[in-house]
Amino acid sequence: MIEFRSVTKRFPDGTVAVDDFSLVIPARKTTVLVGSSGSGKTTLLRMINRMVDPTSGEILIDDESVHDRDPVKLRRSIGYVMQNGGLLPHLTVIDNVATVPVLTGVPRQRAREQALELLDTVGLDRSLAKRYPSQLSGGQQQRVGVARGLAADPNILLMDEPFGAVDPIVRAELQQETIRLQQELDKTVVFVTHDIDEAFLLGDQVVILEKGAQIAQIGSPSEITEAPASEFVASFIGTERGTRALHAKRTGAGTVLVDAAGRTQGVLVEGDA
Amino acid sequence: MTWVLDNLDLIAALTLEHLRQCLLPILLGFVLAIPLGWVAFRFRLTRGLVLTVTGLLYTIPSLALFAILPTVLGIRFLSEANLVIALTIYAVAIMARSISDALGSVDPAVRQAATAVGYGPWRRFWTVEFPLAGPVILAGLRVAAVSTIALATVGILIGVENLGYLFTNGLQRRIIPEVFAGVIAVMLVALVIDALLVLAGRLLMPWAPRRTAGRRRRLALRLGEAA
Amino acid sequence: MNLFADAIAWIFAPERLEGSVSLPLAIGQHLAYTFVSVVVAALVAVPLGWAIGHTGRGREVAVAVSGAARAVPSFGLLVLLVLIFGVLHKPEAAVVSFVLLAIPSILAGAYSGFEAIDRRVIDAGRAMGMTEWQILWRIEVPLGLPLLIGGLRSATLQVVATVTIAAYINLGGVGYFIIQGVPLRDFTQILGGALVVVALALVLDGLFAVLQHLVVPRGVSAGRTPDVRATPTRRRAVVEPATE
Repeated sequence: MIEFRSVTKRFPDGTVAVDDFSLVIPARKTTVLVGSSGSGKTTLLRMINRMVDPTSGEILIDDESVHDRDPVKLRRSIGYVMQNGGLLPHLTVIDNVATVPVLTGVPRQRAREQALELLDTVGLDRSLAKRYPSQLSGGQQQRVGVARGLAADPNILLMDEPFGAVDPIVRAELQQETIRLQQELDKTVVFVTHDIDEAFLLGDQVVILEKGAQIAQIGSPSEITEAPASEFVASFIGTERGTRALHAKRTGAGTVLVDAAGRTQGVLVEGDA
Repeated sequence: MTWVLDNLDLIAALTLEHLRQCLLPILLGFVLAIPLGWVAFRFRLTRGLVLTVTGLLYTIPSLALFAILPTVLGIRFLSEANLVIALTIYAVAIMARSISDALGSVDPAVRQAATAVGYGPWRRFWTVEFPLAGPVILAGLRVAAVSTIALATVGILIGVENLGYLFTNGLQRRIIPEVFAGVIAVMLVALVIDALLVLAGRLLMPWAPRRTAGRRRRLALRLGEAA
Repeated sequence: MNLFADAIAWIFAPERLEGSVSLPLAIGQHLAYTFVSVVVAALVAVPLGWAIGHTGRGREVAVAVSGAARAVPSFGLLVLLVLIFGVLHKPEAAVVSFVLLAIPSILAGAYSGFEAIDRRVIDAGRAMGMTEWQILWRIEVPLGLPLLIGGLRSATLQVVATVTIAAYINLGGVGYFIIQGVPLRDFTQILGGALVVVALALVLDGLFAVLQHLVVPRGVSAGRTPDVRATPTRRRAVVEPATE
């Protein structure tokens, strides 16, 4: 469990990225922080592994303040996946994945064996192990990034807009893969994105943020869609624009759902999902 | 200090002479480097050739170049022509590369946009590519100008009098202030020419960003701190 | 071209191995001065440049210094230091001036090598739990090495050129044959000496070119060949005037 207690972050240039933020992130669930740029979502994420220290307030992991922990050791115990993978260009795929175990003193040979298994886990062919990041596609790089995040077998995985730079088809694939991984591995995942569809797809708990990391609404995707807490949320999730405001339309073959623009978006199937 | 005050006329005369000898190589180098840089930028084949040849010329130590040029060109060893040609070669070598890099730094989208709206190749080069490459070209020109001014002092070794005279004369007569004055005068001349080039750049390219420093810090800040 | 033939004959004449200044001795002196000066300069400039590149602190000063260094006339600096040190300490004075001339290029190579690294890569290293020391040795040093070697290359060429001029203050080296040939009007000797100096510079430059190629981390060169025309200009910022 990760807990933010009245956390504020004021940068040296005076901007307040996070203003009195409190949140409980449950263990073994995926929590998605979603908001547009300037909402402080990445700052929040980076405060969990002390890449950024809060100006005031505290952050606890399993009731222990991160402030009392050595940042280097803390970071090694938390998986981190970033946009573009953030892979080290001069190391092979296998050595990129094995980086953290090697840092923590695991013998190189064993770390590489584990890394090979992780390539399987994230759906990468073992033949790519000796390649360099520049020889991989964007989607493959991102998978390596995920494998590296998992290498130290952390309980917590932080994902900072990991699929922001790949094309929509690959992105959809990676999203499905993330869902599968989460079902298999049961980590506490904190995921940052500006894409509400991604947030609803991946999140058990979705946190919609406004400027200064003000929480606009917290809830499951269903709760938020069914009862948007404010105009802001409604507009952010798109019920106003019409993508999520669907009307039933009877046709000869049954009832279909159409959006505000009149395009058919789906078929209404009776019964529980 | 007394030596400097007593010899201000000499220093002034040598400074003017120094400037006169340097201006031609800088201007000529710039003019010659434009077509060379363009050829190096435009065609893969000539790129290797131009950059290799200018790179090799650049590695030749000046004193050796002074000795080789008379043999190749049939000019006199102890002559101002020898110095001016050698300095021009170095200036071309610096600027051909930087002009090629500068043209490469122009966003290809802009080049395509210019073609799309109907610029011919010649007009596109002079009205779009060359001005947009301007800031990087200016950087190369500044390097070439400052190096030329510092390097010209070696001319005294082949009998060409300029501020370098203060070095050999100061050494023979063991007058430290004379040599020191020479070093400072060369640096001042270089500094003034450099400042004039910066000023000219501001006037000719008011749209160019003033500084690229701090970009790294802003980026680091964005990554390290702000969301 | 007869002059070139004469000059080459001069280089390989048996008399070059004799006398108070033999050609091999001059070449040896030339290389020794160059080597010692570049090594000393590197010992000062590399740690300093890395510190600047890693912390980002002192960058403005370093940029200003390496910019201003271009304006320093090598010959003038050499003569000035010789006069200040006194005739008895001529070699020391010369080496100090060579070191001072070599430092800016190496410094620029060291810090710009670090600066050219994608910030996100360093950020990723930190996020994974690398200590600052590990970021330095495992990320910044290997990725910054090609530009550092480029700086050493410029510095070496600059020193080779300045050692040539230093023959004017009777330091020896291959420049001796050129300087001594001037009053004698012995153009064969002048050209012969010049060709040896050129060969020396080209060989050193070639060695550095090979080295520079070798130290590019495999993963960095292994990618799809980037279009050379798209190479960012700042990589070239290290190239400093090598000639003087």
